[in-house]
Amino acid sequence: MKIHDLIVIGGGPAGLAAAVSARRAGVQDILILERDHVLGGILNQCIHNGFGLHTFKEELTGPEYAARFIAQVKEENIPYRLGATVISISKEKLVTYVSREEGLVQVQAKALILAMGCRERPRGALNIPGSRPAGIFSAGTAQRLMNIEGYQVGKEVVILGSGDIGLIMARRMTLEGAKVKVVAELMPYSGGLKRNIVQCLDDFGIPLKLSHTVVEIHGKERLTGVTLARVDENRRPIAGTEEYYACDTLLLSVGLLPENELTRALDVTMSRVTNGPEVDDRLQTDCEGVFACGNVLHVHDLVDYVSEEAALAGKNAAAYVLSQPAAGRTVDITADNGVRYTVPQKLDPEHMADAVTVRFRVADVYRDRYICVYCNGERIRRIKKRVLAPGEMEQVILKKSELKEPLQSIRICTEVE
Amino acid sequence: MRELTCIGCPLGCSLRVFEEDGNLRVEGNTCPRGETYAKNEVLCPKRTVTSTVAIRGGAVSRLSVRTQTDIPKDKIAACMEEIKRVCVHAPAAIGDVILPDVAGTGVALIATKNVPKA
Amino acid sequence: MRKDYDVVVIGGGVIGCAVARELSRRALRICLIEKGEDVCSGTSKANSGIVHAGFDAKPGTMKAKMNLLGSRMMPKLAEELDIRFKRNGSLVLCLSEEGLPALHELYERGVANGVEGLAILTGDEARRKEPNLSGNAVAALYAPTGGIICPFELTIALAENACANGVEFRRNETVTGISREEDGYLITTDHALIGANCVVNAAGVHADEIHRMVSKLPMHITARKGDYCLLDKEVGGYVSCTVFQLPSALGKGVLVTPTAHGNLLIGPTATDVEDKEQTPTTAAELSYLTKTAALSVRDLPTRSVITSFSGLRAHEDGGDFIIGETPDAENFFEAAGIESPGLTSAPAIGCYLADLIAKKLGAEEKADFVPTRKAIPRLAELPAEERKALIAVNPLYGSIVCRCEQISEGEIVEAIRRPVGAVSLDGVKRRVRAGMGRCQAGFCTPRLMEILSRELHRPMEEICKNVSGSELLTGTMEGRK
Repeated sequence: MKIHDLIVIGGGPAGLAAAVSARRAGVQDILILERDHVLGGILNQCIHNGFGLHTFKEELTGPEYAARFIAQVKEENIPYRLGATVISISKEKLVTYVSREEGLVQVQAKALILAMGCRERPRGALNIPGSRPAGIFSAGTAQRLMNIEGYQVGKEVVILGSGDIGLIMARRMTLEGAKVKVVAELMPYSGGLKRNIVQCLDDFGIPLKLSHTVVEIHGKERLTGVTLARVDENRRPIAGTEEYYACDTLLLSVGLLPENELTRALDVTMSRVTNGPEVDDRLQTDCEGVFACGNVLHVHDLVDYVSEEAALAGKNAAAYVLSQPAAGRTVDITADNGVRYTVPQKLDPEHMADAVTVRFRVADVYRDRYICVYCNGERIRRIKKRVLAPGEMEQVILKKSELKEPLQSIRICTEVE
Repeated sequence: MRELTCIGCPLGCSLRVFEEDGNLRVEGNTCPRGETYAKNEVLCPKRTVTSTVAIRGGAVSRLSVRTQTDIPKDKIAACMEEIKRVCVHAPAAIGDVILPDVAGTGVALIATKNVPKA
Repeated sequence: MRKDYDVVVIGGGVIGCAVARELSRRALRICLIEKGEDVCSGTSKANSGIVHAGFDAKPGTMKAKMNLLGSRMMPKLAEELDIRFKRNGSLVLCLSEEGLPALHELYERGVANGVEGLAILTGDEARRKEPNLSGNAVAALYAPTGGIICPFELTIALAENACANGVEFRRNETVTGISREEDGYLITTDHALIGANCVVNAAGVHADEIHRMVSKLPMHITARKGDYCLLDKEVGGYVSCTVFQLPSALGKGVLVTPTAHGNLLIGPTATDVEDKEQTPTTAAELSYLTKTAALSVRDLPTRSVITSFSGLRAHEDGGDFIIGETPDAENFFEAAGIESPGLTSAPAIGCYLADLIAKKLGAEEKADFVPTRKAIPRLAELPAEERKALIAVNPLYGSIVCRCEQISEGEIVEAIRRPVGAVSLDGVKRRVRAGMGRCQAGFCTPRLMEILSRELHRPMEEICKNVSGSELLTGTMEGRK
């Protein structure tokens, strides 16, 4: 059986950046396994602009952003397999994949980087009553059919969910001649970026109905319409507020879920909030030598942060392969009072880097709050925020020098005054 | 008076733009970025247009494209009309000029994807 | 009159396919007409997938008789057809002391029907067997012969085997009229005029409409809708038995069961509906369903619901199955009012009707009947070495299309190329489960469409979810205005 120093599962933005970073940190023997027939992952179908402002200081489209990293992988001569679906991984880092060309292959890794990305929540998870006609797509499926395959998916469209993919698709379909009648959002605020609301909806006069949801789906063969209703503060539809919209297409942009089917076999601690594995400050899971980054770890809103996080995972995986660095006691980072989770979930105070970026999301829209960091019960950081929203990932950078010794606890929370 | 939502940051300030003696006055912004944004949006709003064009002789049938820079918002429809008529032949590389001057804007339409010959 | 066939079976559900398969043992010219684009597209596609032990029906009814026979036939049939069948046992819960007499009555009925191994358990005994059962269960009827089966697999396997033994399948064809001629029947469809000696009405919720084309005797079928929720495989082991509730004021018939494929299923509700075509789920029923199912088990994991759906059961006013030759129409046979336990009874009904027809027509058994059929290999379930060997023979088995269920292109291609093969996304889904997993076809829809388009030589814009009119695309980008 072949043994590789590092196997990266997934050739999307996270996998590519992780592999390049590991190579630059000195790992010679790397293999990227990608199930699609091209590298780049979901970026290939995201033909809109807005990527790379942090990483490249210019505004790129998805395929352009991916191409920059693909070029780096090729410059570094990092081997990759396409059309190669990993079907299982084990605690011992035995990876089994299948492909048309190679059949079923088992390879052994010294270190593993999980970079499988995420998938969209389907209609079923929402349990919307009604019929089951054609014409209901998750926004990403419609995006692929349009941008990669070159087909039109509908003429009169309602979009449920104001996540960024939904907003982007509202503009995309409008530009291609479809009539997008309304975007309905269950929550009282949008999960998408402000810029997308203005440039994808307002520019085209597409109404955004907050606190609304689809309560019924109509049509036998093809969708003929949907019924929207306002919801109360408990997100339950309010009787009497129903409104019928005739449409042949319903796009769902109702959230993304990290794709951790493979991860479960490792029996590592999973976060019930992120749906990804819990990791330490090296982005290492409970299973030694297995690292995670990108949307498989937690869903990001900007690819630039995915690349940054993945580069860190690559660097740490390299250190693991090359020098088996010392590891010590870890301290949990507690998310509290409006902070839903943190990544990493814990850190090793003795061996941590000088600065560790902790990313998190908040539970609701908050105005004029502080983000606070407590260390052994004492507040060490207080950052004023004019606005915090669940749709925007936040971060604090913890410096090793500012943490108390011996470190007992870290708590990150929001505070009003 | 025009009402706008600032896209400078998640705050999303509601901006009001007044025209007074040929000058623009902005209200509702909490930072200078809001004022700049509002003035640009009123004087000459611009957008980048992204779409796909037909491509023959490659492994895929669509080539993604964008305007090289922002174009005036009121040219978006004309730009899309031109995009719909384009058909190119593989190979294509990122940055290739597909149309030198789209919809009379002086801005080029460029490829955003590498499509080698099949 | 010109005779195109000896027997025409109307309806490609599990009953029609079972009858066709049993008839194909005999030297007869047989065709099956199905109005949907595929077999298994009516009642058979949306039900509980339970092989009932047989304690429900009143002793002496056709339901009681066919249920017991069908349940006994199922193991051998499942082996012949290479489909999943598991005797997981079933429990009927009694959730209050007042219900105990009714539970004992059910036990007695089961014994009278000939069901083996029935036992009344105390609440604690039941919970030892099934730890997630509700603490409110005071007693339970245990039936070790209860089982689970995949209704798609059973119906499609019967169809494939019937086809392999010479039955002609005419899908996408609707019977619009039947006239009785001197020496047989003339069947009018939207495509053709078909002459036959003998007709079998297995038209499910539409059986009464077909019946009225030839018979003056009363028959009235009500479509009874049942909503279901399907839960993720991660909670497929929440219960191991099929858990029923004793009929009570709170409701009847809502079960919690593992499926043959390892998901968890809850349902059905029961609402009589006017429209036999539309089957929308409703908010009220889905909410009733989850509330009622939650009475059977502790902390029902409703957040793991991956989809909801509904099906129609064909309820005949008389309440029993109507099986046999119609008294006022010679050589016109019927299987009508086949509601629960219809799936369980299908093999028995198939044999019963085929025997009657063969006797009537004096048909001989064929020497070359092949009772077995091989399933499409399920690569994800095979050991690595076997999987490797199969991919070596057919590299398409190495190309995974459906990530959630790990279904390969090779399996999908086979689902399309087989006799009575898939012609739609739903057809592929029912044969190999591509798109049936937790992402509900989000990732694989474009690939599945491409494969269907390539294999069927149809443009992408003509690929349907199921019947004509359910096309997924509305045009190409090149065809845009």
